[in-house]
Amino acid sequence: MRHVLLIEDEANIAEALRFILSRDGWSVSVVADGALGLAAVAELHPDLVILDLMLPSLSGLEVVAALRADAATAALPVLMLTAKGQERDRAAAEAAGVSDFMTKPFDNAEIRARVRALLGA
Amino acid sequence: MPMSALTGSRLRARRVALGLRQADLAERVGISASYLNLIEHNRRRIADALLERLAQVLELPMQAFQEGVGGAVIDELRAAAARLPGAELERTEDFAGRYPGWAALVTGLHQRVVGLERALEEVSDRMSHDPHLSASLHEVLSAVSSVHSTAAILADTDDIEPEWQKRFLVNLQSDSKRLALGAEALVRYLDSAGQAEERGFASPQEEVEAWLASSDWQGGDLAGVASSAGRVMARGFLAQAQADAQALPDAALVRALAELGPDPMRLAARFGADVMAAFRRIALHPAAQAGLVCCDASGTLTLRKPVAGFALPRFGAACPLWPLFTALGRPMTPIETVIEVAGGARFRVLAFCQPRYPAGFRGPELREAAMLILPDADFAAEVVAVGSTCRICQRAGCAARREPSILTA
Repeated sequence: MRHVLLIEDEANIAEALRFILSRDGWSVSVVADGALGLAAVAELHPDLVILDLMLPSLSGLEVVAALRADAATAALPVLMLTAKGQERDRAAAEAAGVSDFMTKPFDNAEIRARVRALLGA
Repeated sequence: MPMSALTGSRLRARRVALGLRQADLAERVGISASYLNLIEHNRRRIADALLERLAQVLELPMQAFQEGVGGAVIDELRAAAARLPGAELERTEDFAGRYPGWAALVTGLHQRVVGLERALEEVSDRMSHDPHLSASLHEVLSAVSSVHSTAAILADTDDIEPEWQKRFLVNLQSDSKRLALGAEALVRYLDSAGQAEERGFASPQEEVEAWLASSDWQGGDLAGVASSAGRVMARGFLAQAQADAQALPDAALVRALAELGPDPMRLAARFGADVMAAFRRIALHPAAQAGLVCCDASGTLTLRKPVAGFALPRFGAACPLWPLFTALGRPMTPIETVIEVAGGARFRVLAFCQPRYPAGFRGPELREAAMLILPDADFAAEVVAVGSTCRICQRAGCAARREPSILTA
């Protein structure tokens, strides 16, 4: 089963996403902190990371930068999901190396499709 | 008619503008050149009949030279005219003299436009950089996202387990509560931020100064200050004014002023008070006719009490030639001189800077400088030509100029 790691500090959003993605057959883990997210990547070896931008301890951009700097995770698909949807936020995320970018509020069907695409399913 | 402090200066400025020699003008109106010289330097009162003859030769209505068309009005009109290419800048004084009501309307509208432009910049700046607003919006967006996604799950999932259904309903309830609180906080925040702007004030300081001016600088009901930042500043002003009045009480101050004159040093020594408190009391006591500007170590003006004929900048930095800034660079050194502003009006000014160390030896040095502006230029001193702010100052060849004037561009 493909594994999705969700790094999201909004508990209710995380719960909704966990439900949606689990129903699609993905295994989902959730952490609510940037630094814990990096540790979870090292431990769980997920196939996809869904990452919030504004997070405690390390921001989403710092997490992506750390993942891209590590050869083991340089190619790991990362979907950034954020309430900060201005063009400059998108540009910063793309420059940091995210694979895809979505803004909140999001459409459930849309995020399911993006996850499927990123997992090559 | 009462001779305005500016009438002589205005006559002189107009004569020079027309390229007339003093002797020629004097001859044409039937007075001696030396008498005209005294008039032009505001040292002789002028009868209506003579002013009328002078105005005729100088090709302007009498009102253009009389009290009421202040230098500040002229400056404001010029600034307004500079926005419209082709406006007859050279006829500003003529316009103000002929149509004082229309001139007041134009200056009022111009001030309103400038205030609104600044307010717009401030709102735009706040939208981009205000951390409080950014955090509030993020909170609302997060709650909306959660509601949107959770509601869609409940609506679209036919076979949802009762346990999940219950959890999502609880989440929906908590998110809707969060959303209501967040939206309420946002509205409150934006409302309070907008109140000052709605009244055309560019900053809380300007709002407080308008409130003070409306009470002859005594301060009144705080309800007259709409913004919360303005109220904080107004409270600070009132507390300081109360302490100043205790140090230099009204009746004793009036007696001391009559005896010693408006000398902050001597008054401070007489009352055993702080020199800065003496500056403030001279300029702000109920019968005061003086203007006052104060600044901090950055040169930012922290208080602006205007005096007729001396335009204080509403926006941007002031003229660096003001003795206020000379004093700022020479702490604890009293500076007394005469300044001449655009239009020729002269004022006696006293400036002083006092360093403070509120956090003790290990804390930072804070500087406060004050400049008292007295409409009494009969005082022997070197005359310093100054402006208001570069933007609306037309002095040519000024070594201290920071930016070109919009009036000569």
